[in-house]
Amino acid sequence: MLEDLFKIVKTRSAQEPKVPGSKVNIPSNLLFKCPRCGKVMFAEDFEAAKKVCVGCSYHARLTASERLEITADKNSFEEYDADLQSVNPLGFAQYDAKLEELRKSTGLNDAVVTGECTIRGSRCAIGVMDSRFMMASMGSVVGEKIARLFERAAEKKLPVVIFTASGGARMQEGIISLMQMAKTSAAVARHSAKGLLYITVLTDPTTGGVTASFASLGDIIIAEPKVVVGFAGRRVIEGTIRQHLPDDFQSAEFLLEHGFADMVVGRDKMRRTLSHLIRLHTKEGA
Amino acid sequence: MMNQKTPWERMEIIRRKERPTINDYIPLLFDEYFEMHGDRLFGDDCAITGGIASFKGRPVTVIAQVKGRNINENKACNFAMPHPEGYRKALRLARQAEKFHRPVLCFIDTPGAFCGVAAEERGQGEAIARNLFEFVGIKTPIISVVLGEGGSGGALALGVCDELAMLENALYSVISPRGCASILWKDASREKEAAEMLKITAEDLVGFGVVEAVIPEANGDAATGPEETAEQISQYLYKTIEKLSKIDIDLLLDSRYNKFRKIGVYSEG
Ligand SMILES: [Zn+2]
Repeated sequence: MLEDLFKIVKTRSAQEPKVPGSKVNIPSNLLFKCPRCGKVMFAEDFEAAKKVCVGCSYHARLTASERLEITADKNSFEEYDADLQSVNPLGFAQYDAKLEELRKSTGLNDAVVTGECTIRGSRCAIGVMDSRFMMASMGSVVGEKIARLFERAAEKKLPVVIFTASGGARMQEGIISLMQMAKTSAAVARHSAKGLLYITVLTDPTTGGVTASFASLGDIIIAEPKVVVGFAGRRVIEGTIRQHLPDDFQSAEFLLEHGFADMVVGRDKMRRTLSHLIRLHTKEGA
Repeated sequence: MMNQKTPWERMEIIRRKERPTINDYIPLLFDEYFEMHGDRLFGDDCAITGGIASFKGRPVTVIAQVKGRNINENKACNFAMPHPEGYRKALRLARQAEKFHRPVLCFIDTPGAFCGVAAEERGQGEAIARNLFEFVGIKTPIISVVLGEGGSGGALALGVCDELAMLENALYSVISPRGCASILWKDASREKEAAEMLKITAEDLVGFGVVEAVIPEANGDAATGPEETAEQISQYLYKTIEKLSKIDIDLLLDSRYNKFRKIGVYSEG
């Protein structure tokens, strides 16, 4: 059952959606096919819509830099701890090579970017996870950067906003990766004890050990529409009960319905929502 | 005493049905045990037992994952795989222990938190996260002991403590060797190899600074002598409660925070 911490849900529906008009010969990198509803959009239109599906409003994955671009005020972002790099504490086969390859292809050192910025003038500490880097699994570097983010924010009396995404713990770092769940949750607790605000924004997909630690601990928990959020892998559960689960199982809307998210907020309203909520927690208030 | 067994040999020992469970140890460790039920929110989870016990004349709170010895017992305790209400019961009892200034003793023995529809609907992720967040600040000593299987987040939810001990054959891992093998090589049958790679024995975990103590088992296998093994656990608990109870609570909470804060291996600059 533990393997569920690592399973990523790739599709929401039983059948892979068919690409309509697939006979038309357009290079696939010019098209976006929605994994939820199967709608096909031109890449250009999809980018212009901030990577939101016009068919079903599924909020597709963003890179950390794309997220910062649409979230932080221009030129306001200052990065923390950019040079932290994963090592291979267990001597796990192929882990070094994988890290090296991903550093090259993503330009990132690991799966989270942290720092400080303003959002419509409101200052906050911010963390953004990037699912391109080993499915944003949490090893020592992710754990350490998140812990430092909360410690620094506590020192500077800043609110924290984290855009979560993760496949879970990073198996290649063994028990050390599991302990990052306790380490990050402890850092959240210390920040919280100072009366400071923490807002979680759950993005696609947030699962496993990250769901079971800092992603679920926000004072306010926001989810983007149609994203996958859960603890266990969907296919594992389906395998156990031998039944197909409804498409909205473990979606943002499922979380809202069961009381585990405060609100579902679209990308077009995210900056406004975050900055207002932060302002409502300052002395100046609304 | 050096345990020469391979991770796989230990895995076979802890999976045997003769392996003593918390139900064997409770009467051997405590003079009295009053079991308490329910999370006061949804229900009672039989995969976790909890209550108040008398340990060498001292009141303690006990929180433990329950394994069965046969299919009926295992059905009743869901194979020691807790639902969210189990973790929430654990938190309720830890808060109660804090109020009455008694130490909390957690016993870990689970393949993992249960993965199912109801567990997701009731917030399995949130329940585990909440325990990690809250236990780090509980103002009373907490000691956790891994009796057999320490399965991932479902084990860690009872593992935020001042001192963590493992029985000598116990294993504690982020993923089952089987799960690791099927992800890595798409071949679950290579679980023996994965068990070696994952570094999951008590000695490995002492090396990583995750575990503070290894408790010897009777003749190298607890099943050969539950009484003698219980006596070893009892001696460890007695000594550790004595030690932790003398520490100023704010210092204890700082060192609990730092125990987890310092775990991590990375390069910088
Ligand atoms: Zn769509």
